[in-house]
Amino acid sequence: MAGIGIRDVVKRYGDTKVIHGVSIDVADGEFIVIVGPSGCGKSTLLRMVAGLEEITGGEVAIDGRVVNRLEPKDRNIAMVFQNYALYPHMSVYDNMAYGLKIAGLSKDAIRERVDKAARMLQLEPYLDRKPRQLSGGQRQRVAMGRCIVREPAAFLFDEPLSNLDAKLRVQMRLEIKQLQRSLGTTALYVTHDQVEAMTLADRLVVMNGGVAEQIDTPMNVYLHPATTFVAGFIGSPAMNFMPGRLGGDGRAITLDTGAPLRALPEPIVGHGGEKPVTIGVRPEHLALVGQPEAELTLRARVVETLGADTLVHGVLLDKDAAIVPVAGEGGEVLAARLPGNVTVREGDTLPLRVAEGALHVFDRETGRRLADV
Amino acid sequence: MVENRPFLTVLRHVVLLAGVAIVLFPVWVAFVASTHPQPTLLSGVAPLWPGDRLVENYSQLLSAGMAQAGGTPVGLMLFNSFVMALLIATGKIAVSLISAFAIVYFRFPFRMIAFWIIFLTLMLPVEVRILPTFEVVADLGMLNSYAGLTIPLIASATATFLFRQFYLTVPDQLAEAARMDGAGPMRFFFDILVPLSRTNIAAIFVIMFLFGWNQYLWPLLVTTDESFTTIVMGIYRMVNVSDEQPQWHLVMATATLALLPPVAVVLVMQRLFVKGLVETEK
Amino acid sequence: MHKKVTFRGFALPVALLLPQLVVTAIFFLWPAGQALYQSVLRQDAFGLRTTYVGLANFERLFSDPLYLNSFQVTVVFSLAVTFLGLAIALLLATMADRVIKGASGYKTLLIMPYAVAPAVAGVLWWFLFNPSIGLFAHTLRALGIDWNHLLNGDQALILVVIAAVWKQISYNFLFFLAGLQAIPRSLVEAAAIDGAGPMKRFWTIVFPLLSPTAFFLLVVNVTYAFFDTFQIIHATTSGGPGQSTTILVYKVYSDGFVGLDLGSSAAQSVVLMAIVIVLTFVQFRYIERRVQY
Repeated sequence: MAGIGIRDVVKRYGDTKVIHGVSIDVADGEFIVIVGPSGCGKSTLLRMVAGLEEITGGEVAIDGRVVNRLEPKDRNIAMVFQNYALYPHMSVYDNMAYGLKIAGLSKDAIRERVDKAARMLQLEPYLDRKPRQLSGGQRQRVAMGRCIVREPAAFLFDEPLSNLDAKLRVQMRLEIKQLQRSLGTTALYVTHDQVEAMTLADRLVVMNGGVAEQIDTPMNVYLHPATTFVAGFIGSPAMNFMPGRLGGDGRAITLDTGAPLRALPEPIVGHGGEKPVTIGVRPEHLALVGQPEAELTLRARVVETLGADTLVHGVLLDKDAAIVPVAGEGGEVLAARLPGNVTVREGDTLPLRVAEGALHVFDRETGRRLADV
Repeated sequence: MVENRPFLTVLRHVVLLAGVAIVLFPVWVAFVASTHPQPTLLSGVAPLWPGDRLVENYSQLLSAGMAQAGGTPVGLMLFNSFVMALLIATGKIAVSLISAFAIVYFRFPFRMIAFWIIFLTLMLPVEVRILPTFEVVADLGMLNSYAGLTIPLIASATATFLFRQFYLTVPDQLAEAARMDGAGPMRFFFDILVPLSRTNIAAIFVIMFLFGWNQYLWPLLVTTDESFTTIVMGIYRMVNVSDEQPQWHLVMATATLALLPPVAVVLVMQRLFVKGLVETEK
Repeated sequence: MHKKVTFRGFALPVALLLPQLVVTAIFFLWPAGQALYQSVLRQDAFGLRTTYVGLANFERLFSDPLYLNSFQVTVVFSLAVTFLGLAIALLLATMADRVIKGASGYKTLLIMPYAVAPAVAGVLWWFLFNPSIGLFAHTLRALGIDWNHLLNGDQALILVVIAAVWKQISYNFLFFLAGLQAIPRSLVEAAAIDGAGPMKRFWTIVFPLLSPTAFFLLVVNVTYAFFDTFQIIHATTSGGPGQSTTILVYKVYSDGFVGLDLGSSAAQSVVLMAIVIVLTFVQFRYIERRVQY
């Protein structure tokens, strides 16, 4: 068991650079999830660690040993593929044993390891079956088993749950987590599903456009997103974004309409005067308050009653009740997640206040976080 | 069925039955003729119902052959045809499996050139360049040998294309999983690719067996030694006897024997055969 | 189409390709090159000396009435074989496509001729039309037609056409049937609801959708008629009587092996190779684009 060091890794296909120097330090036994939209380079990064793609620049070390030039089999890793990649003509037993046979283990040693893994994964009754005779969840377990028997330094997962239905996905997610915990094996897990990412990860790597935008614990990523991309990608419904300004004193935050929000406790270091910012607020951090305390006023356009919550989509109003254009995910519409017991009708005007520390201020030019208040 | 018109249904069956009759009739007549003695056939119109000489005609043919055509036993011809068909079918499959593997799973210089050279073989049927090909085989001393009968026919663009198409449908992740498991290219080929190709191998085998069995001009040219006669070309030697009427009852018995094995293969392996046929043309 | 995943190496893939390439080079490319080479040479009467004659062999060929006649025979033969083979197969396939009872039985029986060697097919029909003992020859005589393909060139040509068509029906039938079965039933049903009768449906819906298959088969059948029918002719008419069934591919053979005219035979090979290349090219272009099928 060991950590994985990814240092300034670059991937280029001809003239196109798809990974622009990513560094991640994975500690021994840690569960790291790389999450991002499709095409962000997360799978490529994983495949470079696996040895399935050549590393253009930088280095990958497993257990302190640089593996850039090593074949996958010599890297002491195992991988679960998106479609499981089980050998369709081999029994479950043979699927798990194949790598060990090639490695030249004795028949007894192979049997011992496969049996152990099968017991762990409750696959014992199915050892003689072919993959096509198994359910999706069972196939997933066989793919896991194939990794476990090799007793690798690290598990690599390439969107392993994307082919399962929603219910099974939740169940397998738990199983993967439990298994990784009980084995204590380092894991690198790629997904585009933020729920999977949040629930599985010890630390998250949010990737976008070949760059790791933020590497932190799920809660820190959620509470203190480093960039507007991360802020918008993690969390559902997505964060509301509004155009605003940072005052010349480096503290005052106003919406572009002129409505003052709140001031930062400390001026931002090196703020360099007034500048345009993007203000982000998560729908769940908005609360219905009395008019005097209100920071934002919303006119409800669509109300979705979910039971536990009520999701209100509305437009932002200024003090003259005119509509303020904002640049959120839904165009001009902002979302607020209110408790289920609140009754809101379409057309209602809602005075709202942002929870403490939940107002995120980003530099509008760079998209980077300036402060959370 | 969009509408139910009994008249149309009857018409369809009539047309199909007529088609089947056209298809079967020559074969039936041949079989019938092979069960009669020669004089019956020569005494007028060929009969439509089997005679009583089935056993005699066939046993004479299988063991002794037809005297007028050199007397090569048809049993030997059948054996030669089997050997030739099997060698050609297995040879083509083996050669094509590995060359398709090289083309699909490797990147190397001249890959496309190799691909086009193989493609060229499709373009040049043996009949078209028969004389120079014959000369090459003669120069190599391969006349009158199984090698000469089979090796020149063993390159196969068709089978190579079929396997290439199939390999392209095998998920990339299987090859990656095999690499993670530590399998090198040949190990991947034998442990995973070939077992996965089983159905395709069987389908192409049926097609190539027919191809090999039905070879005619090639064996006729490269074998002069009677002991290498195959049954399809043997018929030619029986029909083209000089200065007399062919022994029609024996010719037809030979024809029946010549078409029996391939027809049996097609009927028994119909599903594979259709698959092989339709897919090689994709 | 290419694989994303590949193995590394140069020696291994070359070794894997070697058997195929060696066989292709020795038995395909070299002879083809020989044919090209010999097509510009002429041997003297004793086969002792060869001289370079440029395109003289081709000029001689195309001014040779026998060769031009052979061209004509080939065209008539190919048209007849292709048209009849496709028409009969299409008729049978349309019928089989709509039959519920016994469909697989018909199919099994109809694909049988594919397995029969062309030479054997030729001999079977040769026997049926044998002027003295053949069943059909007798029937025709009873109808007032004096059938003797040993003397009458047209009749000989008809005979080889029949044998060639009989042999090819299976192949065409299978492809037409597959093509028909790929047509969504809902389309035909929609047309029926719109009030189109069976014939109208066939010509306005089914046939246009079948045209890719038909075109593919057209090319395949022309190729078949040009080259694969050699066996039928060789085993039965031997090109006769009097060149009336000598198609091009048979002439290459007879001029080369029987006539021993190497230069002319080589030139004919070259002409045929050009035809094959054109046909294959058309076919290949078409297969690459064949998305409808």
